[in-house]
Amino acid sequence: MDGNHAACEGAIAAGADFAAGYPITPSTEIVERFAARAPMVGATFLQMEDELASSIAIVGAAWGGAKAFTVTSGPGFSLMMEHIGFAAMTETPCVFVNVQRGGPSTGLPTLPAQGDMMQARWGSHGDYEVIAFCPNSPQESFDLMIEAFNLSEKYRTPVFLMMDEAVGHMTEKVIIPSADEIEVFPRRATEAAPDEYLPFKPGTDGVPEMAIAGQGYRFHVTGLTHDERGYPSMDWRTQQELVGRLVGKIRSHAEEISRVEERYVEDAEVVLVAYGISSRVALYAVEKSREEKLRVGLLRPIVVWPFAERRIHELAERVKAFVVVELNYGQIVREVERAAAGRARTVLIPHAGGTVHDPNAILGVLREVAEWV
Amino acid sequence: MVMATTTAKARKFRGEIFIAEDRCKECGFCIEFCPPKVLEFSVKFNRHGYHPPILVNEDGCTGCDLCGLYCPDFAIYGIRVPTTTTTAGRPSEDQGAARDTQEELSTAQEADRN
Amino acid sequence: MGITIPLNPVEPFLRGDRMPHIWCSGCGIGTTVNCFARALAESKLPLDKVAIVSGIGCTGRVAGYLRLDSFHTTHGRAIPFATGLKLAKPELTVVVYSGDGDLIAIGGNHFIHAARRNVDLKVICINNFIYGMTGGQVAPTTPIGATATTAPYGCFERPFNLPYLAESCGAVYVARWTAYHVRYIAHSMAEAFRKKGFSFIEILAPCPTLYQRRNKLGDGLETMRYYKQHSVIKHGASTRDVDLDFQGEIILGKFVDIERPTLQQTMEQRYRHTLQERYVASARR
Repeated sequence: MDGNHAACEGAIAAGADFAAGYPITPSTEIVERFAARAPMVGATFLQMEDELASSIAIVGAAWGGAKAFTVTSGPGFSLMMEHIGFAAMTETPCVFVNVQRGGPSTGLPTLPAQGDMMQARWGSHGDYEVIAFCPNSPQESFDLMIEAFNLSEKYRTPVFLMMDEAVGHMTEKVIIPSADEIEVFPRRATEAAPDEYLPFKPGTDGVPEMAIAGQGYRFHVTGLTHDERGYPSMDWRTQQELVGRLVGKIRSHAEEISRVEERYVEDAEVVLVAYGISSRVALYAVEKSREEKLRVGLLRPIVVWPFAERRIHELAERVKAFVVVELNYGQIVREVERAAAGRARTVLIPHAGGTVHDPNAILGVLREVAEWV
Repeated sequence: MVMATTTAKARKFRGEIFIAEDRCKECGFCIEFCPPKVLEFSVKFNRHGYHPPILVNEDGCTGCDLCGLYCPDFAIYGIRVPTTTTTAGRPSEDQGAARDTQEELSTAQEADRN
Repeated sequence: MGITIPLNPVEPFLRGDRMPHIWCSGCGIGTTVNCFARALAESKLPLDKVAIVSGIGCTGRVAGYLRLDSFHTTHGRAIPFATGLKLAKPELTVVVYSGDGDLIAIGGNHFIHAARRNVDLKVICINNFIYGMTGGQVAPTTPIGATATTAPYGCFERPFNLPYLAESCGAVYVARWTAYHVRYIAHSMAEAFRKKGFSFIEILAPCPTLYQRRNKLGDGLETMRYYKQHSVIKHGASTRDVDLDFQGEIILGKFVDIERPTLQQTMEQRYRHTLQERYVASARR
């Protein structure tokens, strides 16, 4: 099964019962499979007229009680920014999948890149925080899709599955556990009486309980700055309280959410940082360098946002350099550099996308960095 | 809220008008489109500096609630009370909210269309 | 006061704690909200099962003032939001209440596709010929010759004929009224509530602050008089013939009232036909 099909199965396993999408290479197989599977698993799929429609139809469906997702690639992701902000502002649980391809603009529709990582973090206007997963295999596309849904429900926020074309179209064995082995985080449904319910009053973890339409709560949802009642309030205090909470509910759980995989890091002097397809190339380069007795390790962010800054910071105390391998001209490297805070040097091996890095080129950089004092 | 009561002796119903003066923005819709023309602007100002309407012909009001339908600020409405009723009570659904029957379409509105 | 004051019939439908609203003196939007409340009352729909979705703009604020499950979405996207909501929760009566700029300019693509699919939505479009919230810019409904801040020498683009657009895209119910025709509006809305499928009601309404003042057409009341004097009711008129000219005659009425299976019906039929016993209906449907 390839990564795209696995992501679709992950969504179904997570309980997704609504998807809206617009075809775009190289992500289309996900919605194609969902279109075929939906009527056999009690789910609904609608191909919308564009990505703007798809990205807000899922928000509407979520307020109707559905677990909803949409799927796209770069150009469509750009169009979806409006509703990523809307979903963040209205605290709507939903999942956006981006199977990244070469950009900017129409770029390389059929070939991989990782150029949308910062767009996922900052793409919509205003302040908000996001959660983004980055699978590097079809199995992880399945597993992390389930986790994406779970965290979107837990934190009531849009969650991203940031794939890339290579992972999306890579075929490997995928183990799909039986339904009872899959942990599914349910909707944080309110049990308050309708006349006592405040739709945006946070719980102790900063996340409010959710009502869905048709239950008698007669609640109001708006993309305007709003108070706990959901009513617009054009006031800096309300803005501070709301935006502070939207940001805070993720930031205060950043350590809990953030996750990395580490290989050969224990004794490493140089740590490669790579995610998605690039992490597989990087691992090859690490193993080759180990054959040459170079003390190189690999740190792979599995959750890219929130970023594993504490771990990078810790490692920066004892490694001499981080080498970041990504299919772009420098996105996650900025986070690494920021987290290292000058305690270790940071090197970028950029790539415009269209293919993956040449492992020998990475090895060449590692040999050079190993010489540094 | 100011309450004015009208009584029409010969009718089965009398009209009552209720005005939330501070909601009024003086658009004049209620005065202009009142079929029996029983409303005028008052000389006083409301909290926002507008002149709310005032009932000037108590006997003329039929409680048709066209003022209520027109008022964009939800500031005025009329109800129809059976002449036998002596106290102002909450209108039943038939008297208040759900009176837009086909007959009403062809009476109140058409009468006002000349 | 000691006397029970009877409730304004619109009051149970309003979020009273949000009054007064933001609309200008003489704006027609509030008038249409009265009609909406009367229509809801007449329809006897359980209000817990009615959801209202608005986009952005002056009319976009309607959702926030109504005591229903209400959604104030993004600019132009009320219809696709409502589509997702309706498909996820089919028991809801979903009303889209928005302005001409929101529904037809930025949201035009969604409008035509929802009509084509025959999504079961009640779409109420308040057409004031201009962008109100942003200060009076030209709209795809601005009549030729009328001025706007971004058409200072007069609009030179042909405006949409909304009933014709709606019908040709597949709407099953199409009517047009003006804010003057309050009982007709209420009646039409109640009809649309009973109708299954994409129902469209265009309501012309004054924007005295921007459209009327800029075009020297007087205030809201003057506009209501104009509606009264220059409207002709022609039920069943061909929507081709109901174009609006600058201060010309206005043709009103119920133009379209047909039956056509809704999106959900065609979806379900198709799945049942093709998949037969393999089809698993959504627990939501």
